[in-house]
Amino acid sequence: MSLDKQQILNWINECNLTFARERDHLTQLDADIGDADHGLNMNRGFERVAEKLPAVAEQSMSTLLKTVGMTLLSSVGGASGPLYGTFFIRAASAVDGKESLSATDFAKLLGAGVDGVVARGKAQPGDKTMCDLWWPVVEAANQAAEQGKSISQMLPQLTEIADEAVVSTIGMRAKKGRASYLGERSVGHQDPGATSSMMMVHALNQVVQGS
Amino acid sequence: MKKLINKVEDVVEEQLKGIHLAHPELHYNQTPRYLMRRSASDKVALISGGGSGHEPLHAGFIGKGMLTAACPGEVFTSPTPDQMYECGKAVDSQAGVLFFIKNYTGDVLNFETSVELLHMDGIAVGSVLVDDDVAVKDSLYTAGRRGVAATVLIEKIVGAAAEQGASLEQCEQLARRINNRSRSFGVALSACVVPAAGKPSFTLADNEVEFGVGIHGEPGIERRNYQDLDSLVEQMFGEIKDCPEYSRTLRLWDRQLGEWVETESVTESFHADDEYIVLINGLGATPESELYGAFAKVHECCEKANFKIARQLVGNYCTSLNMEGFSITLLKADKEILSLWDAAVNTPALRWGC
Repeated sequence: MSLDKQQILNWINECNLTFARERDHLTQLDADIGDADHGLNMNRGFERVAEKLPAVAEQSMSTLLKTVGMTLLSSVGGASGPLYGTFFIRAASAVDGKESLSATDFAKLLGAGVDGVVARGKAQPGDKTMCDLWWPVVEAANQAAEQGKSISQMLPQLTEIADEAVVSTIGMRAKKGRASYLGERSVGHQDPGATSSMMMVHALNQVVQGS
Repeated sequence: MKKLINKVEDVVEEQLKGIHLAHPELHYNQTPRYLMRRSASDKVALISGGGSGHEPLHAGFIGKGMLTAACPGEVFTSPTPDQMYECGKAVDSQAGVLFFIKNYTGDVLNFETSVELLHMDGIAVGSVLVDDDVAVKDSLYTAGRRGVAATVLIEKIVGAAAEQGASLEQCEQLARRINNRSRSFGVALSACVVPAAGKPSFTLADNEVEFGVGIHGEPGIERRNYQDLDSLVEQMFGEIKDCPEYSRTLRLWDRQLGEWVETESVTESFHADDEYIVLINGLGATPESELYGAFAKVHECCEKANFKIARQLVGNYCTSLNMEGFSITLLKADKEILSLWDAAVNTPALRWGC
């Protein structure tokens, strides 16, 4: 099966519900090694996105994703605003002219989004950031697409990889962002940004499996 | 936990409404959010910003001889690019716009985006990164030194230069020079309560302090035993005095090329017989009396090191909500810096000579 615009819309709305539900959890993770605002910021950003979506629902998938990115950029703040904003804006350009995505298109969407995040944040593997989750997820998506798997076939595997990647951030020492100032003391805590990214992968899987 | 707030989501709006009502000389633009001087000026516009929770930084420093405008973000969260972009357009008088950015990943990402947007509109724009926190030893394993209380000194001194008609280039160079001559170090006796979290970010025993904290309620670089004020100040002063020169790569906006260029920048060394501006800054929940106690010891440490205190400032200027603790900042001054420091300033939180 392919991924259509309605599913992308449902995905974003599911992200909004997720961040409303997980707001305090994400904020607590951030309080441990950062500045205790990640849950509130993601919640605020996706609430604004959900308000804006109906107005662009009839437009192209690319316009839709770009609106998500621009809205996050102008409502989240902090580091996660520009990073998630860039993810969706770059993802939008990767699906220009498409109304439904094959597994290969979807892997490209993820890859372009993550490349954008890396270009902005300059993270390297092991820095304890959301990229430590996205790199293995993108790699698995590319492999699955090459093997001819459909999006609904690959997503359960991507959620498993995301879950493992989030756990792997616990042992890492942060080298980027606010947590980097804690040095060794950042070890032993799960990265809040990787956790919100993991939730987005789960939200997509839920939407795709449910439809 | 009791807090003088209503709804967590509305806390910044509630407080900005109060600032605006208490200081009608500031114009408040609600969407997007920024505060600016009402009186028009043909000088270089200086804009600062960052997360809320550091009051009086930054809105408290808008006025004659200091900032033109400030863009407050959510609590401890940097503002968004549209705020700085719209603010920059509103205050530009053709003389150019200079942003002061404290070195935190979020601030840097958002401010840099707004610099690019203003440049695309044909506005002469520049940015200066403040990174004075010597608690952070290197930028190889961290996001680099944090921008903390030296921000206040830089905004005051560059503000005076702009008021006297300095060009955008001159303001930029002066700000970078002051930043390279500023060192800060902070400690916390207890954590602050971020409204969204509703409880202290960490807890400390009576005999413990967080050594080397920034201004976002996070723990410091290490937890140390606490004996008394004098020994704590000695340790902090030692970190500032003995800090070696620090080299890092900074991104500067090249207005001709319209792109960011990376340049090596090195901090200046401190020596005996140099003159200093000393700032003892409360983090929000430290009594002023205790800050004066700290200044007394810093004064003694300076005498011992033969550092001449040319000017001093003691109080809450760059806070971290209700964090109990303080920071020490030393700026190696010269004649020009001192003369600009003494120039008249008239803002809600800093006022002299007028």
